[in-house]
Parts: sequence; C-alpha cells; structure tokens
Amino acid sequence: MLLKITNLHASIKGKEILKGINLEVNKGEVHAIMGPNGTGKSTLASVIAGRDVFDVTEGEILYNTKNLMTLSVEERAREGIFLGFQYPVEIPGVSITNFMRTAVNEIRKYRGFDPLPAGEFLKMMEEKKKLVEITSNLTNRSVNEGFSGGEKKRNEIFQMAMLEPTLAILDETDSGLDIDALRVVANGVNKLRTPENGFVIITHYQRLLDYIVPDFVHVLYEGRIVKSGGKELAIELEEKGYDWIKEQL
Amino acid sequence: MGNEPNNILDAYTTGEYKYGFHSDIETEYAPIGLNEDTVRYISARKNEPEFMLEYRLKAYRHWLTMKMPKWPHLEIPPIDFQDIIYYAAPVKKKELSSLDEVDPELLETFKKLGISLEEQKKLSGVAVDAVIDSVSVKTTFSETLSKYGIIFCSFSEAVHNHPDLVKKYMGSVVPYTDNFFAALNSAVFSDGSFCFIPKGVRCPVELSTYFRINAANTGQFERTLIVAEEEAYVSYMEGCTAPQRDENQLHAAVVEIVAMKDASVKYSTVQNWYPGDKHGKGGIYNFVTKRGICKGNNAKISWTQVETGSAITWKYPSCILLGDNSVGEFYSVAVTNNYQQADTGTKMLHLGRNTKSTIMSKGISAGRSNNSYRGLVRISKNAINSRNYSQCDSLLLGDKCGAHTFPYIQTENKSSIVEHEATTSKISEDQLFYCQQRGIDTESAVGLIVNGYAKEVLKQLPMEFAVEAQKLLSISLEGSVG
Repeated sequence: MLLKITNLHASIKGKEILKGINLEVNKGEVHAIMGPNGTGKSTLASVIAGRDVFDVTEGEILYNTKNLMTLSVEERAREGIFLGFQYPVEIPGVSITNFMRTAVNEIRKYRGFDPLPAGEFLKMMEEKKKLVEITSNLTNRSVNEGFSGGEKKRNEIFQMAMLEPTLAILDETDSGLDIDALRVVANGVNKLRTPENGFVIITHYQRLLDYIVPDFVHVLYEGRIVKSGGKELAIELEEKGYDWIKEQL
Repeated sequence: MGNEPNNILDAYTTGEYKYGFHSDIETEYAPIGLNEDTVRYISARKNEPEFMLEYRLKAYRHWLTMKMPKWPHLEIPPIDFQDIIYYAAPVKKKELSSLDEVDPELLETFKKLGISLEEQKKLSGVAVDAVIDSVSVKTTFSETLSKYGIIFCSFSEAVHNHPDLVKKYMGSVVPYTDNFFAALNSAVFSDGSFCFIPKGVRCPVELSTYFRINAANTGQFERTLIVAEEEAYVSYMEGCTAPQRDENQLHAAVVEIVAMKDASVKYSTVQNWYPGDKHGKGGIYNFVTKRGICKGNNAKISWTQVETGSAITWKYPSCILLGDNSVGEFYSVAVTNNYQQADTGTKMLHLGRNTKSTIMSKGISAGRSNNSYRGLVRISKNAINSRNYSQCDSLLLGDKCGAHTFPYIQTENKSSIVEHEATTSKISEDQLFYCQQRGIDTESAVGLIVNGYAKEVLKQLPMEFAVEAQKLLSISLEGSVG
C-alpha cells in the first residue's frame, strides 16, 4: 500500500473542508478524483503535501506505512511525494536548471547520496526534457516567470519527471490547457507510469481521462468521497453531470 | 541602547589585554582622543613627507567646523570622538598557531562559504607556513604588474614612492571638505590601497586587496585611490565575503577613482563587517565616502557592491560624469537583518553631454532591520542628451522590517531622459511552499529566492566573487523566516 487515508478531516480557519476522506492507492495505480468546484479536491492535495494553512483535525494519512503528519513539507517531498500545482508560482531570477539542481540534490542528500555531478545532471535534464517533449530553452528561464498557462503545466510535468516521485498528485493540471498541451501533459504522465509508482489525478473534466486511463475514479463532493468506480464512472459523469451525483445522495 | 557604543569603544581601548597581545613586540598607540597632536603623531609615526601632514592638519581643522550628518534614515547612537584611539602600530592580532584555536562559529561560516583551508588560516590570523605563504605569490604578482607599469601598493608606500601622483590626485574627487566623515578620514587615515594604471594599459588581472602587501591591517580609516590614465582598464575588488571581526567600532573610509579619457574602472566590493548580534548589540558603524570621476570623454566607472555586514551602513558610491559620453553604473545589493540599519545608494552627476548612468539597487530587509535606498540623479544644463535609468527594488522578509526609498531627481535640460522604477515585494508563502514541495527546506528556499532577486546585480561581480557572494546572501538571512 502506497497511500492510505483514513477518515481525514481538515479545516481552514475553523471551517471544515474535508469531512472524513477514505482513500487507498497502491503502487502501479492511477486514481482520478473528480467533483464540482469547491468540494475540497485541491485541499486534499495540499493536505497530503503538508501545507500548514490547513489543520488536520481527525484521521490519518499513511504513506509507505509512515505517518505523514509527523513529516514536514520538504520531508514528504524527499520521501517521494510530488504535487503538480494548479497555479504554479513564479520565482523571478531563479532558473529552472538551478531550481531543479537544488531540489534533486536536496532529495539525494536526504536519501544518503552525493550531489549529482553537473555533467550528469545536465544529461538527465536533456533526457527528461525529451521525455516530456520540451524542445525550447524553457529550462534556462526563471521558474514560471512570464510562462503561458501551457508552459507552466509542462514545467510541472518536467519537474515530476526530474524528481521521479513514488506518489504524484496532479492538481487540475489540465485546467486551462489547449488540446495540444493536454496531450503533452498526458503523454508525460503515461511515460512516467511504472508498476512502482502511483498517481492521484485531480480533475474537473473527464477530458484528461481520454488520454490518461485511470484504474479508479472517485467523486469528491462536499468534503467526502461519495462514489467510487472504474474508468467508466468518469464517462457516466461526463454524460450525466454532477447534478446526477447530487440527486443520488 | 545609549551605552552600548561606549562599551564597545571601551572594549577596544582595553583590547590589548583581552585579545592577548604579544608582550615581546613593541606596540604603540596614539594617545586616546583627537587633536592636532594626534594628527602630527600619526604622520610622524608613518614618517610622512610634509605635504601629507599639511593635508591632514587642514582636514582636521576643517573637521572641527563640521557636524555629524543628520539626514540619513538611521538611528545613530552618539559617538564620542575623543574616546577613540586613532592609531595603533601594525601588530594588532595575536597569531594563532592552528585553526583549532579559532572560534568554531567562524570556521563553520568559512565552511559554508567554501573558503579554502589556506585562506581560512589567513583570514582568521593563523600563521601560515613560510613555504606556502602567499608572499611568493604576491611577489610574482607584483612583478607581473610592474611589467605593465601598473602601480599597486599600500597608500603609505605610494606616499613615499609616488608622492607626485598622490599629491595630484588625492582629494581631487573627495575633498576633505566634502563631508564630516571624509574630513575625519583625511585627518587620521591609517592606510589603504593605491592603484595606478598607465595610459593604454589593460590590467591583465583582477586587482584584489587580497594580494596587496599589508592587506591584513586595513584599519578603521582606510583610504583608496585608483587612477586610470587614458584608455586604461582595471577591475578592482575590495573586501571579502568572509566575516570580518574587528574591535574597532567606527569605520570611515574614503575611496576615490579617477578615469581619464576612454578609461574604464570597474570597482567591486563585498562588505561583511560584524553586524552585531541578534539583539542588535555591537557591530561596526560603517561611514564610507566613495566617489569616482569620469574626467575625460568616453570614460566609464562601474560600482558593484554587496553589503551584508555592519550595524550601520552609510554609503553612496557616486559618479561625476564630466567627460562627454561618459558612463556611470551602480549595482547594489544591500541586506539588513536583525537590528541592522543601512542607508545606501548613489549619486549620478551628469555634467558632460550624452552621459549615461544606470542604477540598480536591490534592498533586502529581514528581522527588525531598516534598509533605505537614497539616490540622486542630477542632470545639469550642459549635459544635453543624457540618460539615466534607475531601478530600486525592495524585498521584505517578515513584517517587522522596513524598506524605504529616497530618490532625488534634478534635470536642468529638456533633451535628457530620466527613468525611475521601484518595486516592493515579499517572499510569499506560496513561493516557499512551492520550493518545499520540491524537497528544498525553508532556509535554502529563502537563499534561492533572494539570490534570484539579486541576480542582475550579482552577475556584475567577477566570477569567484559572485559565487561566494551568493552563499553569503543565504547565510546572512539564516533564521529570518519561519
């Protein structure tokens, strides 16, 4: 078991957003989490990553049998958790190359490895760029500064490829993307899928799931997972809309 | 707060005991306080020619008529100028026999800065093995320079060996009447650097005070004079990224640069004097007058500074753009943390036609510190078709610090263009979270973000200096977030 969330409650400034989430992700699985806006999808992603503006009031998250609540944000990242952001932030003056080299080496240090020599790092970067179909000099630019929506998301997928996470959570990575960018993002994920890692893909629309075929689909509504199923659930949702879920409740 | 400076000055006056001076070496001090006799004493001790003594005395008499400037955005505790020793014979620091005797905290910082063991020993005053002593390096270095006719020596040596050059240029850019601290420096300066690049010579190496003989004893009243004759070029580096501990509390330096027709001088400095402790106790007061003149047409002077140390910094490296088409540049990163105060910036005085200046100031404030940019761009009537571009950015870490900008712009003709941009930003929670989510801890994230912010200035520094300066920025801000 890669990730086991049990009865997770979380709130922000006293307002409860997650009201008892249960979710299990095994290695090699892709889980899609769908649901209307404002139901707690992004909160769930942030809480797994460890963002401290949210208070976990009840329940637990186990990751590789470790209790995540005892780990800081960076420790979770070094343990192999990656969050693809819905709105990646700009860091002016810091090149993606420098940013990634810092990240890769911090993670290596945590795992007891020496820093990657510059030559090897650059080689790795070229390989990963190819993998996620980045041909431009994107990596020489400052992190997300002046990037288009598509470039920002592509950069997230590139970073995911660089950090080789065991658990990747993609928070609405498809929002605001045109069909070409969507395909690139999906291809990246598909290429990075292995029997050893797991994905949690948060999306509002079914469209991304045409390209990334999930093993499980969950519907998050008002802070709870109200329905789970296979990939056909996503199609059903697309046809019937979220109102269908509301009616069923 | 009122008593602290006196305590530190006391510490200095009793320093010979506390810091364990060698008893077998003759150590001489000027009597405490400042009067004409002190000035005469200093000049006599240095065996100076008459013209130097006269200059010092004139400066001293003028200083008596002046008052400490009140306009900076600084809280300066009262300084008792009669409670300072203005001259001590060179042997100041006890030589340690190995690095084991050095303050472990200092060594830790050296390690973080990636300073070599040899250099660590030099910086912390450990005696270096005669065989590998860099004296030989220095000698080779001087020989190389003299082949080109370049003079690079201590100010005292220049006074003795090149009195005509000193007479001609000393005080020509910063006269002793210029300001309170310049007058004080002119009266009592201990030593400093002298650099002369003859006509048409491009200095083949970066001149660094590190290589200058007697560099170890820079003293508290330092004086530097750099002269580049026509078509000459030099890149000059001063200071050191390693922490500089000094028992002298008051520092008042003067730097003068003269660039003749088609000459270019690039001056880079990293200032890392002791900033005081977390509670604002102690630290150096640094009052510096730095100014260059582009005397001939097409001359260029470029200042790059990284200011991280000192409890109080008062410093405005400036350019007088006298020659037509001359260029002045000022690139600055000033960091203040804890209770540090900095009031720094530049003056660009456009006198010649088609003169250009660029100002890029990056202030970073953390803790309870105060960081001010103060700049003057003055375009005179005759400086037609001149241009200035100024960018002043402030970055705040936390909500207890202050950032201020005081830009003054005076334009006396209509053909010139002056642009001023200013921004204030904060390191956001989102930026920190983003970095942390990639496995980068808060301290490294702050370092990364701050270095990104300061990048445009840092890239002006000579390569090896830039690498150290980057690390220094991160270290200066340790513990300022979270």
